Amino acid sequence: MTTSINYEDKIPNNVDLSSDRRLQRALEGWQPKFMNWWGEMGPALETHGVYLRTAVSVGRDGWAHFDHVNVPDYRWGIFLAEPKPDRRIAFGEHKGQPVWQQVPGEYRADLQRLIVIQGDTEPASVEQQKLLGLTAPSLYDLRNLFQVNVEEGRHLWAMVYLLHAYFGREGREEAEALLVRNSGSPDSPRILGAFNEETADWLAFYMFTYFTDRDGKYQLGTLKESAFDPLSRTCEFMLKEEAHHMFVGTTGVDRVVARSAQLIREHDTLDIARHGGIPLDIIQKYVNFHYTVSLDLFGSETSTNAANYFTAGLKGRWMEGRRKDDHQLTEHGIPLRRPNTDGTWRNDELSALLALNLDLRGEYISDCQSGIKRWNKILADAGIDHRFALPHVGFNRHVGVHAGFHITPDGSIVDADTWHDAVKNWLPTSEDLAFVRSLMHPVYEPGKIASWVAPPTNGINGKPFDYEYVYFH
Amino acid sequence: MDVSFDAHPSTYRHWATRTEGEIAWLVLDVDETGGIVPGYELKLNSYDLGVDIELYDATQRLRFEHPEVRTVVLTSGKDKVFCAGANIRMLAASAHEWKVNFCKFTNETRNAMEDTAGQTYLAAVNGSCAGGGYELALACEHILLVDDNSSAVSLPEVPLLGVLPGTGGLTRVVDKRRVRKDLADVFATRPDGVKGKTALRWRLVDELAQPRQVEQATRARAAELAARSTRPRDAEGVELTPLNREVTADGIHYEHVTAGYDRATSAVTITVRAPRAPAPSAVSGLDATFWPLAVTRELDDLILRLRTNEPTLGTWILKTEGDAELLRGYEKLLADNQDHWLADEILRYHKRVLKRLDVTSRSLIALVEPSSCCVGMLAELAFAADRQYMVDGPPIEDEDSTDRASITLTEANFGLFPMGNGISRLESRFYGHPGHVERLRKEAGRPLSPAEADELGLVTDIPDDIDWFDEIRIAIEGRAALSPDACTGLEANLRFAGPETTETRIFGRLSAWQNWIFTRPNASGDEGALRRYGTGQKAVFDRKRV
Repeated sequence: MTTSINYEDKIPNNVDLSSDRRLQRALEGWQPKFMNWWGEMGPALETHGVYLRTAVSVGRDGWAHFDHVNVPDYRWGIFLAEPKPDRRIAFGEHKGQPVWQQVPGEYRADLQRLIVIQGDTEPASVEQQKLLGLTAPSLYDLRNLFQVNVEEGRHLWAMVYLLHAYFGREGREEAEALLVRNSGSPDSPRILGAFNEETADWLAFYMFTYFTDRDGKYQLGTLKESAFDPLSRTCEFMLKEEAHHMFVGTTGVDRVVARSAQLIREHDTLDIARHGGIPLDIIQKYVNFHYTVSLDLFGSETSTNAANYFTAGLKGRWMEGRRKDDHQLTEHGIPLRRPNTDGTWRNDELSALLALNLDLRGEYISDCQSGIKRWNKILADAGIDHRFALPHVGFNRHVGVHAGFHITPDGSIVDADTWHDAVKNWLPTSEDLAFVRSLMHPVYEPGKIASWVAPPTNGINGKPFDYEYVYFH
Repeated sequence: MDVSFDAHPSTYRHWATRTEGEIAWLVLDVDETGGIVPGYELKLNSYDLGVDIELYDATQRLRFEHPEVRTVVLTSGKDKVFCAGANIRMLAASAHEWKVNFCKFTNETRNAMEDTAGQTYLAAVNGSCAGGGYELALACEHILLVDDNSSAVSLPEVPLLGVLPGTGGLTRVVDKRRVRKDLADVFATRPDGVKGKTALRWRLVDELAQPRQVEQATRARAAELAARSTRPRDAEGVELTPLNREVTADGIHYEHVTAGYDRATSAVTITVRAPRAPAPSAVSGLDATFWPLAVTRELDDLILRLRTNEPTLGTWILKTEGDAELLRGYEKLLADNQDHWLADEILRYHKRVLKRLDVTSRSLIALVEPSSCCVGMLAELAFAADRQYMVDGPPIEDEDSTDRASITLTEANFGLFPMGNGISRLESRFYGHPGHVERLRKEAGRPLSPAEADELGLVTDIPDDIDWFDEIRIAIEGRAALSPDACTGLEANLRFAGPETTETRIFGRLSAWQNWIFTRPNASGDEGALRRYGTGQKAVFDRKRV
């Protein structure tokens, strides 16, 4: 297997595609369908060249190349991280055995399902963000949006590669279905709920890339541990690209907070809406919403599926290699706080094996906490007392032990009436959304930026902020 | 140690056979010390697998080597004992899968005794006849019981052992002999059984004879039965010569059949080859090398050996190869001569071997490739399988070749080899859709392409040549990951769509209940009836009805 990327082939790849007639034929058959899908469901804004990075290698010394690319001509390809010699299964009942280069028949259905679910999220976010380019606050942001979009497209390719290469006819059918399901479609929606919500404005986009793409990072992290080596290597390389998406989210929210802080200082009021800024309480409501729908993506706290996947070696824990236990978890326990209908909480002891979703969610939550910390530092540095916080894990939940309960952001269990009276203070109202949308006007002039967001401190690839990241002519 | 199913009258330990013109005598005289495995004595003409292997061999030889025989008298060589049935200590000491496999084989032999082609079985019960002994008699067309005021027929399994008379006993009593169910209930719960006139009145036997008249009455009845036969009197038999078989650690090779083991996937690939030379012009002057007989014997032997000796090879991959035209020549010869005793016996034998496949507790996966000969009687192997995969493309090893896989239906697929449920495999496959079977009949005689076979519902899937390897690998690996017990149950339920017959009731209802009872503590627990039999201790039952 070569590590440099073959751009001679119709489909760039580092998997020696030209020597695999079967796979080549399958992927070349899928490519036009992908292009059709991109044309219909991809970015609505027409451009003539976006300053994009393209993967050119998977090694340590630089894997990306930057240049202006006409978006539909972007070279989506198939890249796997370098194989690790003598890699062994790190957990579950096959622990210590060599990893699998082929799908074991026993696990075909489960692996296929995992890959399809992961693959379904990738094009979904492109669909959700289809219209955002029309209201980009700057060329820099527009470029970032397209970068995220093409890389989500590439992640779809990565999953489709696995389906085509290892799952035969059924895999090819599933690969096509990934293009047939569409975000928000009433007849054929995306598999996971959070991916059927439109990303309506740029604050939502930043929040999505911060909170929801971060869920993706953790899911990829568990698949990177997989005993099925091609899946592991695929996810490892995807994680590299995913980091940029989260950078877009982190710095995007940074810049909104910075701009709001600046306006609060300038006008000496928290009510900055009329000065073209986004008030801090609306930002908090966006955090509350995006964080909690992303928590739902982790699934139920107890999951026999997750336990079976772990035991079988299909899906590990975050940083499995660094865990100091037996990696089989047949004897371990983990506490879970559950709401009671009488408004109290109780502690349950769960089998660690059944609580793997809870474990992953815990890792995710502490990661999210670091964003809150950094946004609060921006406020503190500006001398503003207001602070952001993550809401309670039970707030606004529709999946797991908290579903069906009314739990406030500070963790009190309340009745339905109390909840409905107060929810406008916690989640974005239609007025809030309409207000944010009212700020969304496109700014396509190099070096200029919308009123509600601060410019970035650095440009892309050493270029300045006023670089012409996107050509319109 | 592998069990061999080879036997020959010159080395029988438990049976004496002799023929007197149209009458053959099959005399059970079990060697007490001749158990097939150590640990028990075969007292009172009780039997184990070894005794039954000889019985099966004897019945087969009578069919093929002695066409002149019209009545087979089955009797005992011991004084006052006909047969005490399966040896209890053997059953008590056996692993579950051994018991189940043993019962299956004995059932098949008894079913075969009823599949007569002018050779009628007559049981001359000249002593006590209990359990499997009475079931052996039940498989005969006529039962003559000595009326000595002590010899009884009985099914004492329930009262004495806490299990069922599982070799067709319960089924044949009510189904075949039409004994009233209440009388059958009394009969099957009495350890001492029923004697003389009562046995006759309850229809448990057909005829009584005083001790000194037994032989005379038997001869008279045998002659009467023989008179009904249409067998030729002057035909030459075909000697069943020893099979040419090579057994290695990796498989078994015969002249026309090969089995290769893949222990990693718990699978065995069975390849059956079409004849290599054209068929003779008539059914005469033939010997055991005649392809249809030879291939059937080899397949029979292979099935029996794999079932008994390789219980962990859970998936059988069935393949065929060879020349379709040559195969059809043989098929036509047999089909055109169905009234010839030998053609008839071979067709019946092949039917019984295919039935063995139907009741085999292994996952059967048929592969149809460009090199296959999936035609007529060999295509039946595919239809017996749980799934059929067919390559849609060139041979895997030669992508430039123009060879393609095909399936050709012939008359052999439309009733020549019925299943135990009395209908053909295609009728079972399309049960409730007789119109579809009629449509298939119109397609008979020409090679059907993978797309056509798929369209006509003859195959499960038609992966193309580039998917083939992976699809098959995954199907086999996936099967190996499932619970073997659940697979057995699944397959046994799905294979027999359609009507019930005595045979399906024996392999379905009777065997399934028996196999459940075998594993229950009430039978096989330390205090269970089967384990406690003969210890002087009474069984302790869990009284809950399940």
